[in-house]
Amino acid sequence: MQSVIDHYQEAIRLAAENKTPLQIRAGNTKTFYGNTALLPSSNTLDITTYHGIVDYDPAELVITARAGTRLSEVEALLNQHGQMLAFEPPHFGESATLGGCVAAGLSGPRRASTGAVRDFVLGVRMLNGKGEDLHFGGQVMKNVAGYDVSRLMVGALGTLGVLLEISLKVLPKPIVETTLCIPIGETAAIDKMNRWAGQPLPISATCYHKDQLFYRLSGVESAVKAAQLKLGGDELNEQQGISFWQSIREQTDHFFMTASHNNLWRLSIASNAPPLALAGEQLFEWNGSLRWLKNTVDCDHQAIRQAAEKYGGHAILFRHHLTNASVFHPLSSGLVKIHRALKEQFDPAGIFNPGRLYPEL
Amino acid sequence: MSRNELIRRLQAILPAEAVLHDNEDLRPYECDGLSAYKQLPYFVVLPHNEAQVIEILKLCHATRTPVVARGAGTGLSGGALPHVSGVLLSLARLNQIVSINPQARTACVQPGVRNLAISEVAKPYGLYYAPDPSSQIACSIGGNVAENSGGVHCLKYGLTVHNILKLRVLTIAGEVLEIGGEGLDSAGYDLLALMTGSEGLLGIVTEIVVKLIPLPQKAQLVMASFEDIRKAGQAVANIIGAGIIPAGMEMMDKITIHAVEEFLQVGYDLNAEAILLCESDGNIEEVSDEIERIEMIMQQSGATRVSTSQNDLERLRFWAGRKAAFPAAGRVSPDYYCMDGTIPRKHLAKVLQGIEMLSQQYGLRCMNVFHAGDGNLHPLILYDANTPGELEKTEEFGAKILEMCISVGGTITGEHGVGIEKMDQMCTQFGSAELAVFRAIKTAFDPLELLNPGKAIPTLHRCAEMGAMHVHQGADKFAHLPRF
Ligand SMILES: Cc1cc2nc3c(=O)[nH]c(=O)nc-3n(C[C@H](O)[C@H](O)[C@H](O)COP(=O)(O)OP(=O)(O)OC[C@H]3O[C@@H](n4cnc5c(N)ncnc54)[C@H](O)[C@@H]3O)c2cc1C
Repeated sequence: MQSVIDHYQEAIRLAAENKTPLQIRAGNTKTFYGNTALLPSSNTLDITTYHGIVDYDPAELVITARAGTRLSEVEALLNQHGQMLAFEPPHFGESATLGGCVAAGLSGPRRASTGAVRDFVLGVRMLNGKGEDLHFGGQVMKNVAGYDVSRLMVGALGTLGVLLEISLKVLPKPIVETTLCIPIGETAAIDKMNRWAGQPLPISATCYHKDQLFYRLSGVESAVKAAQLKLGGDELNEQQGISFWQSIREQTDHFFMTASHNNLWRLSIASNAPPLALAGEQLFEWNGSLRWLKNTVDCDHQAIRQAAEKYGGHAILFRHHLTNASVFHPLSSGLVKIHRALKEQFDPAGIFNPGRLYPEL
Repeated sequence: MSRNELIRRLQAILPAEAVLHDNEDLRPYECDGLSAYKQLPYFVVLPHNEAQVIEILKLCHATRTPVVARGAGTGLSGGALPHVSGVLLSLARLNQIVSINPQARTACVQPGVRNLAISEVAKPYGLYYAPDPSSQIACSIGGNVAENSGGVHCLKYGLTVHNILKLRVLTIAGEVLEIGGEGLDSAGYDLLALMTGSEGLLGIVTEIVVKLIPLPQKAQLVMASFEDIRKAGQAVANIIGAGIIPAGMEMMDKITIHAVEEFLQVGYDLNAEAILLCESDGNIEEVSDEIERIEMIMQQSGATRVSTSQNDLERLRFWAGRKAAFPAAGRVSPDYYCMDGTIPRKHLAKVLQGIEMLSQQYGLRCMNVFHAGDGNLHPLILYDANTPGELEKTEEFGAKILEMCISVGGTITGEHGVGIEKMDQMCTQFGSAELAVFRAIKTAFDPLELLNPGKAIPTLHRCAEMGAMHVHQGADKFAHLPRF
């Protein structure tokens, strides 16, 4: 495997020397995400060649794997030992890799109750823009030596370096899970999800769409039963429940099917924000703090950004068919300066995925 | 600029009483919780609001004056140790709870607010702020952010980094940055993670939005004795291997058990080589189920005695001994030296044995009392500073322990930070390329290196100086706080 790293390092040095961009690619399942307009002269750095589990000891609750390892392989191994990636990352395709998952920083239905990708990242091995082989963090739960570079890599979309290996904290799978559904209006649903979240209940996911609130209970049987009795709703059978959350996580639910005249927006805001008066159809997750908005290409981008800001958050143009849209929420001038300075330090020649996150990075 | 001129300029920003410059007034600020290191600051400033902090920073930036932030000064690695020609910026007066939003389960607070005060205001809403460092009645939330502090319950509920949503940060140039948001993620790089644990080197935190979580309905504690520390270590692995994440899981070795029992008489098993305290919390059903399983696993793992708290009074009594471990160490030895390494749990037995061997080799006793669930060790080396050469031996012993932590894939600090104390060990843990990246990050935020210079990140050519937390005969500055 060292020869693969040697090859990456060589490619990086060459790219830096010639100032030719490198597109870091692995499973190609999230190519739609970010500012994807490809630069004409860019070469591809294929991460799928660096794959395999490095270390896994279930009693340690830690797995270390190479970035090119398929996410499905990681999850299957954990599953054999009754464990899981608790942030339920979306795969968006069979070939999704661990590296892509961490670089994109996207989390699934369990996020509001258990945490996000970044919450579970314990350490990384990476290459910076000079091709240096670097280790940050480690395999332990608590570590405050040095700045938290590992978490900085999460969601950076490869613009700061090439992830080689990642150590993640994993969690035991809940013993029992069940999904229930309650018919309810939008305002009442937001209120209910937030009130529930303020009580010691074993709720592990929520989703509201078209006057229906779906919620999932996870834990020991007695706790799940007691909560079910208290909260009510119609129980889905086990398979229906699993398929439902799968369709939200992987965006295969009908709501997420975008035709060429559709945009899909992702608004991350305060969970108790009232219904947003925006044109289009909405679906909520994470107790109301994640709001998906499906509307048409000619929608008012500014109005959507403003709505997100008003409730303390940001909006991402998640899926679209526009050619030159800047999909991520604009940063304040102070933050732009810090972002540029960090990029300059990690990738002085500006070769890694230029423009993918922000045009200036 | 002359010292007097600087004082005049500071006095133009702040009321006279908020600028301290007499030695007598400066004295209380000469160290933090690591009192082995002392330095009088040039001045201390005590601003009341963010606008004043901005003006102070602009002045310091323009005059190239170093700035050291200070919260409550309970840090254990010398992070808030003053700079000889720098301003010590106390955030203690920015102590307002700006707002609390029970529906969204968040609180917006200023950095000088005490950790425990947040949970106190949240309590009427059935909520609390989860990270609970033992210093929580005194330490500030700003300091917690700067150190990424943990607590006994971070095994289940996470560290500071997992429990904050948003920060207002001032750069050294006095520019305001809003990092994070009210939602669960934010645009751009994860600067929230980068700021957390940055020990006052990247910016000054002036406001924090923290997450609040529901108070558990119930908490219960299992206390188990073992005749062999390896069996206790195995019991920890067995509990976690069985899919249980306890709210807290702490271990004490024989010396510690005897020291605290002598001190507090909580009823610990004096025949045990190790005691495990394992807490479960949550809703009633979950707790009774988990406690039953924990009891069973303890038995199966060879526990010689297993008792479960029958009420909260008893639970707190079981905990009391654990929490009194540091003061108890102070009673059995004139001095002690506290380490903070973290290791993968599977190496617990090996590292504890290694510590035991070192203890014999150096002829110094060592108490082991620690966060077993997440492998965060706090060995306390007992020594007497009045015996010539013993302090040096102790430091060498301590350094060997940290090297051992690194050698099994662990880290030199789990929660107390690097500060001024572990600069040497940073050089052991990281290579020069990683250290260069840390310095590059510093440059991105603070190119003139005015924020807390000389801390946390060693320069490549200066990988020297090392120290530790030395406590000498009641000279402990925070004797009234429980210690972990
Ligand atoms: C008895 C005792 C028990 C302890 N138990 C624990 C424990 O269980 N877990 C644990 O993690 N720690 C523990 N600690 C260590 C300490 O309490 C924590 O590190 C705490 O977070 C420090 O907070 P403080 O307000 O006292 O910060 P200070 O000591 O004043 O400062 C700590 C660092 O933060 C920086 N800083 C402070 N405020 C700001 C700000 N607003 N902006 C930017 N930088 C800032 C300072 O420059 C310094 O580098 C304990 C300490 C004692 C004395």
